[in-house]
Amino acid sequence: MSALVDEQRLEAAPEDCAPPRIKPHTTAEIRRHLRTPKTLWCPGCSNGTITRALIDAVLGLAIDPEKLVVVAGIGCSGRISAYLEYSTVHTAHGRALAVATGAKAADPGLEIVVVMGDGDCAAIGGNHFIHAARRNVDLTAIVFNNSIYGMTGGQTSPTTHLGDKSTTSVYGNVEPAFDLCELAHAAGATYVARGTAWSYQQLVNVIAGGIVHKGFSMVEAMAVCPVYYGRFNLTPDPAEFLRLQKEHAVPAAKFEDETRSHERYPIGVLHHAERAEFTTGLAGLKERAREAGHA
Amino acid sequence: MAISVTEAAKAGVPVLLQGNEAVAEGAIAAGVRFYAGYPITPSTEIAEVLSRRLPEVGGTFIQMEDEIASIAAVCGASLAGAKALTATSGPGFSLMQEMIGFASMAQIPCVIVDVMRGGPSTGLPTDPAQGDVMQARWGTHGEHSVIALVPSSVEECYTLTVEAFNLSEQYRTPVIILSDALIGHMREAVTLPHPDKLRVAERGMPDCDPDEYDTVSSTIDNILPRPPLGSPFKVHVTGLVYNRRSGAPDTADPATAADLGRYLREKIYHHRDAIVRVEEVEMDGAEVAIFAYGSVARSAMAVVKKARAQGARVGMVRPITLWPFPTAAVARMAEQVRTVIVPEMNIKQMSWEVEAAVKGRAKVVDYGRVDGELITPEEILELVKPEFYYHRWEDT
Ligand SMILES: Cc1ncc(C[n+]2csc(CCOP(=O)(O)OP(=O)(O)O)c2C)c(N)n1
Ligand code: SF4
Ligand SMILES: [Mg+2]
Repeated sequence: MSALVDEQRLEAAPEDCAPPRIKPHTTAEIRRHLRTPKTLWCPGCSNGTITRALIDAVLGLAIDPEKLVVVAGIGCSGRISAYLEYSTVHTAHGRALAVATGAKAADPGLEIVVVMGDGDCAAIGGNHFIHAARRNVDLTAIVFNNSIYGMTGGQTSPTTHLGDKSTTSVYGNVEPAFDLCELAHAAGATYVARGTAWSYQQLVNVIAGGIVHKGFSMVEAMAVCPVYYGRFNLTPDPAEFLRLQKEHAVPAAKFEDETRSHERYPIGVLHHAERAEFTTGLAGLKERAREAGHA
Repeated sequence: MAISVTEAAKAGVPVLLQGNEAVAEGAIAAGVRFYAGYPITPSTEIAEVLSRRLPEVGGTFIQMEDEIASIAAVCGASLAGAKALTATSGPGFSLMQEMIGFASMAQIPCVIVDVMRGGPSTGLPTDPAQGDVMQARWGTHGEHSVIALVPSSVEECYTLTVEAFNLSEQYRTPVIILSDALIGHMREAVTLPHPDKLRVAERGMPDCDPDEYDTVSSTIDNILPRPPLGSPFKVHVTGLVYNRRSGAPDTADPATAADLGRYLREKIYHHRDAIVRVEEVEMDGAEVAIFAYGSVARSAMAVVKKARAQGARVGMVRPITLWPFPTAAVARMAEQVRTVIVPEMNIKQMSWEVEAAVKGRAKVVDYGRVDGELITPEEILELVKPEFYYHRWEDT
């Protein structure tokens, strides 16, 4: 349920609004969107897979790379900003959405994708997250959710599950985890989807759907961090980790259970609606102010 | 209906303006088209005026969720090509520090107005203070340079806002305006400069091919503008240490870090003669000087007049630029006078700096108040009198 009080017109997304089906691109095509083939990500990390999914979506939608802006936070995930051959901003920890909101408001013609880690998005940047969703700013936020703080060496995040181990939860985490999709939906996001590193093609499609959608889109990309999350919890083996993702993820249409858990969660487009978008509202306001100013 | 501030400036007629309103109108005149902020006394009027004025001129006003978001949005807007402003007071200024460092590191032009109030913490929300002058210099972590300007009048709230934007564009750096609760809330009748007489620096684009962009780099004397986001230049902006040519982060090579670190400092300090502005009042033959800035300079001005009227040779050195510190002007003053009096609404924050520049050549008398009360001309005069032990003071 959305947590917005206001009666802004909310319309169900039209039937034909299902995420586009993107055909995969060759590695050579993908490479052209990268500044460098080298990353600092660990072997077995899924950040490269999610990065490729983003590029696949951009290529599939034929977005002009010169118009595309990627704004990232700080974390393993945030490093994506240095690798992509677009206009890129590597901001401060938690602040990517606030920087992106300013950029989008100043130049609504920009196509902006925001990349955040789970801690980046829901801990230090949690305030910006709910407000960007409430404003319904036309941004596409991709949260690389590996359920842990990767960059700083495996500490507890707001998406680390109850009982999980981390370097700061050695006896098991006593806090429950956020469901980022439900949080985004409650805060007013108008496109909410989840994908996994395992379900690559589905991830590409939901990212593309988020980019196409006019309004605040949140795509939670369930990521594989074998080095910290996996080693402390599921498995340190990347292939086994991916296999477990396959077991845990259930296509949204087939997901009928009332209870979600980290071992059973829906993937696909979870919420999709149309509501007044922020920069469109600002444009209307300028119009009214100009008329009033000249009256 | 009263005429607008812009019309009054064009007609050369005086308008009654509040300091905070003057900052907002100065911003419009400087070409600011983006403001993001969070309400806080005594700065709120800047946001209120701009929420009305910016949309009228096609600009954007956003009330963000906090001050961290405000300065972050300002950085984003500036990167997208807009001249962008935020305003706050102590508690909000503290929250902004990390992103001010980001703007400094990533060389993002923007202006931050801090209308100083008593602190620390919630402190004295409605009373003036000057306790943030060192925070303006050193508030964000790590070695960096800043430019900070201090208005002493409503007119300067207007003109220094324009100047702040010019400096921020020219040196690609955040510029801080240190106003205070008195200057911000005071009303004065001011005749503003004609818009045609106002120098307004524009952003511009680097005059090279997008393919060459990674290979050219700014020099201290030729600071290239950064192309906006979403242009063929496909820039990378980062808060990590980066290679100044390619823009790529490089945290492994000490030489890269040294090059960037020195450059960020030198691009401002090398130009300090061009940046620093100081007003000298009655310094001709002065034996005692008052070093005063912001609202305290108004009281100091009254003291200079009174003393001179009685034949006591007192002058004033008023920094308009507080950072970079006007070391040369203070050194000149130290050569000339026997005593420098430093009244300020904090305890010794700038007087330490004055002492460092005076280098023992004159006596430095500091005087601080942190009770939210203004420093009166009478108080300053009492500090001046003992320095003229041979002078017979008439009752004032
Ligand atoms: C203000 C601030 N606090 C703390 C840090 C240290 N830090 C860097 S990344 C990070 C967490 C990263 O976790 P997450 O956001 O989940 O991203 P991941 O590395 O897992 O992709 C932290 C705490 C920082 N850079 N800045
Ligand atoms: S620490 Fe985890 S998230 Fe970070 S690069 Fe390594 S595997 Fe990936
Ligand atoms: Mg993480």
